[in-house]
Amino acid sequence: MSNIVSVLFDGVVYSSWLFLMAAGLTLIYGVMKILNIAHGSLYALGAYVAATIAGAWLAAGHAAIGSYAMLAVAALLVGAVMGPLLERGLLRWMYGKDEVVLLLVTYAAFLVLEDAIKLVWGVESMLLPEPYALPGNFQIGTLAYPVYNLILIAVAVAVGLVLAAALYRTRQGKLLLAVIHDREMSAAMGINVDRVYLVTFTVGSMLAGLGGALTAPTIAVSPGIGVEVIVLSFAVVVVGGLGSLGGAALGALMVGIVRSAAVRYWPEAELFTIYFVMALVLIARPRGLFSAPEARKI
Amino acid sequence: MSRDRTLTALAAASAALLLLAAIAPQWLVFLLALALAKGLVVLGLVLLMRTGLVSFGQGLYFGLGAYAAALLGHRGGIADAALMIAAGTACAAAVAAILGLLLARYRDIFFAMLSLAFSMILYGVLVKSSALGSTDGFNLHAKGVAGVALAAGVERRVFFALSVIAMCGAAWLLHRYLSSHWGRLSEAIRDNELRVEYLGASVYRVVYVNYVAACALAGLGGAFAALAVGHVDPETAYWTTSGEFVFIAILGGTGNVLAPFLAAAIFEGLRTVASQYAPNVWQMTLGFAMLAIIMFLPGGLWTLVSGRRKAA
Repeated sequence: MSNIVSVLFDGVVYSSWLFLMAAGLTLIYGVMKILNIAHGSLYALGAYVAATIAGAWLAAGHAAIGSYAMLAVAALLVGAVMGPLLERGLLRWMYGKDEVVLLLVTYAAFLVLEDAIKLVWGVESMLLPEPYALPGNFQIGTLAYPVYNLILIAVAVAVGLVLAAALYRTRQGKLLLAVIHDREMSAAMGINVDRVYLVTFTVGSMLAGLGGALTAPTIAVSPGIGVEVIVLSFAVVVVGGLGSLGGAALGALMVGIVRSAAVRYWPEAELFTIYFVMALVLIARPRGLFSAPEARKI
Repeated sequence: MSRDRTLTALAAASAALLLLAAIAPQWLVFLLALALAKGLVVLGLVLLMRTGLVSFGQGLYFGLGAYAAALLGHRGGIADAALMIAAGTACAAAVAAILGLLLARYRDIFFAMLSLAFSMILYGVLVKSSALGSTDGFNLHAKGVAGVALAAGVERRVFFALSVIAMCGAAWLLHRYLSSHWGRLSEAIRDNELRVEYLGASVYRVVYVNYVAACALAGLGGAFAALAVGHVDPETAYWTTSGEFVFIAILGGTGNVLAPFLAAAIFEGLRTVASQYAPNVWQMTLGFAMLAIIMFLPGGLWTLVSGRRKAA
């Protein structure tokens, strides 16, 4: 019994983390039709910036509780700086090219950012254990869990709800949905598509940064952390259906729980199971679980 | 006209490389052997790209070819390079023949991502299987070719000569293929596959055949890479390796069967220089180069060669 509970709980924690990454990725794809490989670098940047400024905050002797605010600031910073930089500086020159070419462009951006991170922060790993250790542990049955995991789940749920509300309940969100549906027609109706793109990409980058910032306290922040994240969040997004927020949530839950079950019962197959789930879903539903059929253009 | 020129260039390049196999210093033989092995993989990728498909998972077949070749010597006790190469290619082709049934239904990003997922499955299996050395991989040592034992020291040169022959054969076959009926159909599929269907051709079959051919080439390249390096590890199947192949394909362009080999040689040469002088900005250089090519030279470096030829 406690086995199943712990598998589910670990799975949900992992899913929350996956969802934060996947939500940004799927949002950007849905609006801009760009599968952003550089998302992993933005995640890594979030982790580095968080480790740096929260570390500086704690080193300056301020209250430890403020380090959580620093994590959020790191995410905002990454989004606000890198989002416009990438979108205005690079991607807008590429609009109109094939989706696959755009994929390659973001791959190139990923390669550049990976080295840029190494140049700025060096190759030594950074640690930021305080925010993780601070809230202590709680018990489920006989097992102790860090409270930090609950924070992670809460943030993911909040992000999901806020995004859904912003998309479906606000005027700006409806404009965004219109752009997703038909970019050219929306532009003709007077929607400023350029601005929608910029805002979308910035918000997506912020989410990646948030994922990284929240992960920073739980890992050793070191070069290469962005690499595995990309492929994982791709798997999630593709399972859910590219461009679907609900799909990203469901995909994250599926992948997260399957992984935690694999880690528990069959650790050799951990990586294998994730991609196996992805391949299975794609075989059954070629465009993911939640995706509208698309008309073929002749 | 240009077809003749390509074949002449191929013959000349092969002769020059064979000469190099005999006289070049060891480091150059090693570098070129690796470049040719990767060039073979990219040659397959170019075939896919001409069909309109970009695979982010050729590492799957590269890794399969390398491991199949290495295992034959390591476990099977058969340390014959010719058999190893055949095993690597056959293994990759067999897996591609199964996965291709599924993958040939997908296009664009879904094709790219699904092939990536399959390569990551292999990576995951390799990393966790301690019998195969987990992340460290294991060494292999081929002792002969087609029954002829080789003296220590010359084996790398012989393997390189073999890969030159493989390059020559593969490039020639693909060149013929691309100007054949099915080769032309491939390009038509890239342009508009629905119309190809209307014309009565089976898009699925062309894509399937091209996929299997491309993956067999990747397996061949993997086997040669394993022989050249003398070591295999799971990194061969990792997605960044697949990304490297895509990069080389973009660098060379898809215009000619020689472009992948030229690009692979440039790539390996640059990497050797970069790892010596600027190891920290290597990926950044790659990224900027890739952006520059996508922006200013969408046909790849080969357009420089062919453009000058036209002007002359």
